[in-house]
Amino acid sequence: MSAKMITIDGTEVPFEAGQTIMDAALAADIYIPHLCHKPGLSPHGSCKLCTVDVDGRAVSACTLPAAEGQKIENNTPALNEVRKTITQMLFVEGNHLCPSCEKSGDCTLQAVGYHLGMLDGHFPQFYPRRAVDASHPTLMLDRDRCIMCELCVRASREIDGKDVFAISGRGTGRQLIVNSATGKLADSDIETDDLAAHICPVGAILIKDHGYEVPIGRRTFDLHSVAETDLEEIILKKTVHHDQDDESVEKEGGMYSA
Amino acid sequence: MSPSKKREACTVPKVRVATTSLAGCFGCHMSFLDMDERIVGLLEHVEFSRSPINDIKHCEPCDIGLIEGALCNADNVHVLKEFRENCKILIAVGACAINGGVPAMRNNFTLAECLEEAFLDEIGVDNPQIPNDVEIPLLLSKVHPIHEVVKVDYYLPGCPPPADAFVKILTDLLEGKEPSLPKDMLHYD
Ligand code: SF4
Ligand code: SF4
Ligand code: FES
Repeated sequence: MSAKMITIDGTEVPFEAGQTIMDAALAADIYIPHLCHKPGLSPHGSCKLCTVDVDGRAVSACTLPAAEGQKIENNTPALNEVRKTITQMLFVEGNHLCPSCEKSGDCTLQAVGYHLGMLDGHFPQFYPRRAVDASHPTLMLDRDRCIMCELCVRASREIDGKDVFAISGRGTGRQLIVNSATGKLADSDIETDDLAAHICPVGAILIKDHGYEVPIGRRTFDLHSVAETDLEEIILKKTVHHDQDDESVEKEGGMYSA
Repeated sequence: MSPSKKREACTVPKVRVATTSLAGCFGCHMSFLDMDERIVGLLEHVEFSRSPINDIKHCEPCDIGLIEGALCNADNVHVLKEFRENCKILIAVGACAINGGVPAMRNNFTLAECLEEAFLDEIGVDNPQIPNDVEIPLLLSKVHPIHEVVKVDYYLPGCPPPADAFVKILTDLLEGKEPSLPKDMLHYD
């Protein structure tokens, strides 16, 4: 069977039936900027950072299935400018005061800002005032940094089998909620070892007593660009997939370690 | 009058730079001075108007204004407007000027809560009263980045920005180029 092909920025990329444009691109080591996508979880389509032009139409690469002959533009100045604007929107919508954030240097949102050369937030700040939940003995939740990517929601539901998180409310009033009787993290089933406790790409879900441990200069994105780390993650997943017998490998040592 | 006379005496007129700290911590100015001996070379091309490093009380007409700090009180707004009216190019320097920075964490509370905590309820306060003198500028109800009040021409991120970033942006401007920051000088923390 001859491989089916799409073209990304002029490069031919093979794909298999059922793969999205994002799947095919990552498998071919082509970086499409993304925040709400994580291989192994169902696609979400909320951050819009993966917006690409397919035959002249703007679409989300993480949700659109690859189809024979698609001509895709990805790494263009125009698209990266749009992505920068989207990133600025995410920054002003929350309280991203990176100088005091434990996730600085390890934050994917911040790294995307660097990748796109973002210098400022451009828009007026929203300065939201959402509740911090520090009820849990080992975890805490700073909702003002949440970008509503629902990675924690999906990780808890699809991998941990717990359904700890959800997004509630409408419009700018949306926020992350905890599915427990009291709405508190302490009264949910979440445990420190859960994927949902570690998957947050920003500083919204934090492990208590573990901040500022890595020296500046040695943090994830001091050493690698977001493009490198996101592609590396896929390479890890490829190795992990050979080891299907041991289910724990994927969760502990594989794509989600870091 | 005399400063401008002095300028005419030079063969090449120097670029005038003014700097100020609004709701800043002076860390951006310290980082500026972290360019160390490179400041000697810079001073061959640049002279300073109002700045915390000299005694000039008001911003004179300038080529470049560097603003550190967010807006937290009425005086900050007046100073910022004075800079905008006098500077051809205004640069927001550091996280506070750009998005409010760490001082903007007080936006999670009402102004009354902040003042009561600091001047009435805090442990060790004697004669508790909230300062109320016309000499003292009134606090704004929220901290704001400077671009919400005046037009900003360029942004220099970081808390503080590295000394190299100051050198880069000023060198670019002195050479008449559009300033750009290399990736390794770009950080928000
Ligand atoms: S979550 Fe990321 S972008 Fe937001 S304050 Fe923390 S480091 Fe900065
Ligand atoms: S808490 Fe983190 S992982 Fe969950 S929705 Fe918010 S940003 Fe995404
Ligand atoms: S990665 Fe596609 S919309 Fe977020």
